[in-house]
Amino acid sequence: MLELSNITKSYSRPDGDIRVLTDVSLTVNAGEFLAVQGPSGCGKTTLLLAAGGMLHPDGGRVMLASEDFYKMNIEARAAYRARMVGFVFQQFHLLPYLSVLDNVLSPTLASDISDARNRAEELIANLGLAERRRHVPAELSTGERQRVAMARALLGRPKLLLADEPTGNLDAGNAAAVLDYLMQFARSGGAVLLVTHDSAVARQADRVIQMSKTAAKMAE
Amino acid sequence: MAVAVGCLAAQVALLRQYDAQTDQIIKDKEKQTDQAMKKLEADARKITVRMGFNLLILPEGQTLSGLYDDQAQQKFMPDEYAAKLASEKVITINHVLPALTQSVKWPERNRRIILTGVKGEVYIQSGEQKPILSPVPAGSVVLGYELHKSFNINKGDSIEFMGRKFKAGKLHDEQGSRDDATIWMNLSEVQELLQKPGKINSILALECECQADRLANIRKEVTALLPGTQVIEFKSQALARSEIRLRTAEESAQSIQRERENRQKLKDQRVAFGAVFVPIVILGAAIWVAFLMLGNVRDRAPETGVLRAIGLRSWQIISLFLGRAVAIGLVGAVIGALGGLAVAAFWQGAPSWRDMLAMASPPDVYVAAVVLAPLLSAAASWLPAFLASRQDPATVLQKE
Repeated sequence: MLELSNITKSYSRPDGDIRVLTDVSLTVNAGEFLAVQGPSGCGKTTLLLAAGGMLHPDGGRVMLASEDFYKMNIEARAAYRARMVGFVFQQFHLLPYLSVLDNVLSPTLASDISDARNRAEELIANLGLAERRRHVPAELSTGERQRVAMARALLGRPKLLLADEPTGNLDAGNAAAVLDYLMQFARSGGAVLLVTHDSAVARQADRVIQMSKTAAKMAE
Repeated sequence: MAVAVGCLAAQVALLRQYDAQTDQIIKDKEKQTDQAMKKLEADARKITVRMGFNLLILPEGQTLSGLYDDQAQQKFMPDEYAAKLASEKVITINHVLPALTQSVKWPERNRRIILTGVKGEVYIQSGEQKPILSPVPAGSVVLGYELHKSFNINKGDSIEFMGRKFKAGKLHDEQGSRDDATIWMNLSEVQELLQKPGKINSILALECECQADRLANIRKEVTALLPGTQVIEFKSQALARSEIRLRTAEESAQSIQRERENRQKLKDQRVAFGAVFVPIVILGAAIWVAFLMLGNVRDRAPETGVLRAIGLRSWQIISLFLGRAVAIGLVGAVIGALGGLAVAAFWQGAPSWRDMLAMASPPDVYVAAVVLAPLLSAAASWLPAFLASRQDPATVLQKE
């Protein structure tokens, strides 16, 4: 489903370039839950954004469902991302002025999703947010917010789910629930790429890849 | 945007109000002038009606200048014409002065003079009226200034004229006219001296009291009554009235024109001020909106990043910000238009809805402002919106 080949990425800083990724290659198959584990600052988020078509790598290739992400122009890539990829962030990134339901429905701004309303209601109910559907994010607990983010990511029936420290701000119970949803997604045929510094979280995945801060390379 | 549209709305409303005031002032002034003209005409009529107007009746073919020209052929008419004119009710005449006038040589003094024989009044309408001219008794003369001065003649002196002895009666003061070289005598004596018995060559009808517009008819009636004559109107009070009316009308028209020009000048100054002030305010508003939108783009960067992450295209991001700008422009324009009208109405001391609606009519400028303000706001927000659409979602999300 997702194939990263020899990805390199550097950031320019006033005191010189910092190479974050060097020749990173990995594959996530459909139905697979892959965790990338590493310490903070080792490039996990950069890797995730590059995999999601949001951060053009300096070198290498990102193939998603046999399409080269970065050979598309920015608009086509956005449309493809809307159709194929779901994101779950550590900070949730919900739209603060929208209700739970509207946040879940927000991907419909980017692409047509069949029966979006019913699916949103179904996801909200499945994630235990039915009582909160009219609430805005400020009125939710952190666990509820992350579940809203999860529902939003799943609304468009993506093929790939990218999760950046999705349990980082959650208590153990909510973290377990979120990981359970990710596993369910993978079991239903989706591909999950999760980045985390938490080895306990990583252990829930089918496969774990370690990232080294100093080497900025992948080690399975 | 509300301030910009408000300034425009107030400026337009005040200019319209100013135009309306100008029209009203000019109308009032025209009305006042019209009333003043009517009053003036009535006053002039009242003042001059007692003065009447004057007619000079001459024999047909006799020119006025020919009366004093010894070379010109002289025409005459019977002296009973004067009595006839006085007795008939053609017109109301206060004084009828028949005269025989001729330029002759004063042989004893070797000086060419004007000799006028006057009978005095033959008719006075009312016995209470003061005679306008005293008759010259027979054997007496009245001398013009130049004559008695140059010949050193005093009142009561005996003088000889064309072989006859006369007593110097009244001596006239200087007139600055041909009267200074004139000798007045009794008409019958002049008729004898000039060998024109029963003849006169002019009748002065003074203070004829009638409407000036009857003059044409009076001429016809007089010439019908006195065959072989012609009527000359002179020193006409009717003409004076007409002149007064014309002069006053001209002055009034000029005054109205001056008022109109002054109002136009003031309006031009206001328009010139508005032409500078309003665009500056609009430009300032556009810049302000652009900065506000830039701040909004910065504040909403995380939201923009999320929307980009879930797949929104650039034009959708631009639309989000431009939609907001259009909404700001629209709300600002409506508030500004209403506010501007309200300010203009208060400024004019007429803070009522009816006055505001009157100022807003026709609504073309206000409709245009409400349409154009959102477009201006959108144009001012284009660059910030474009920058928002170019934001790298990765950068935004990584910062978070």
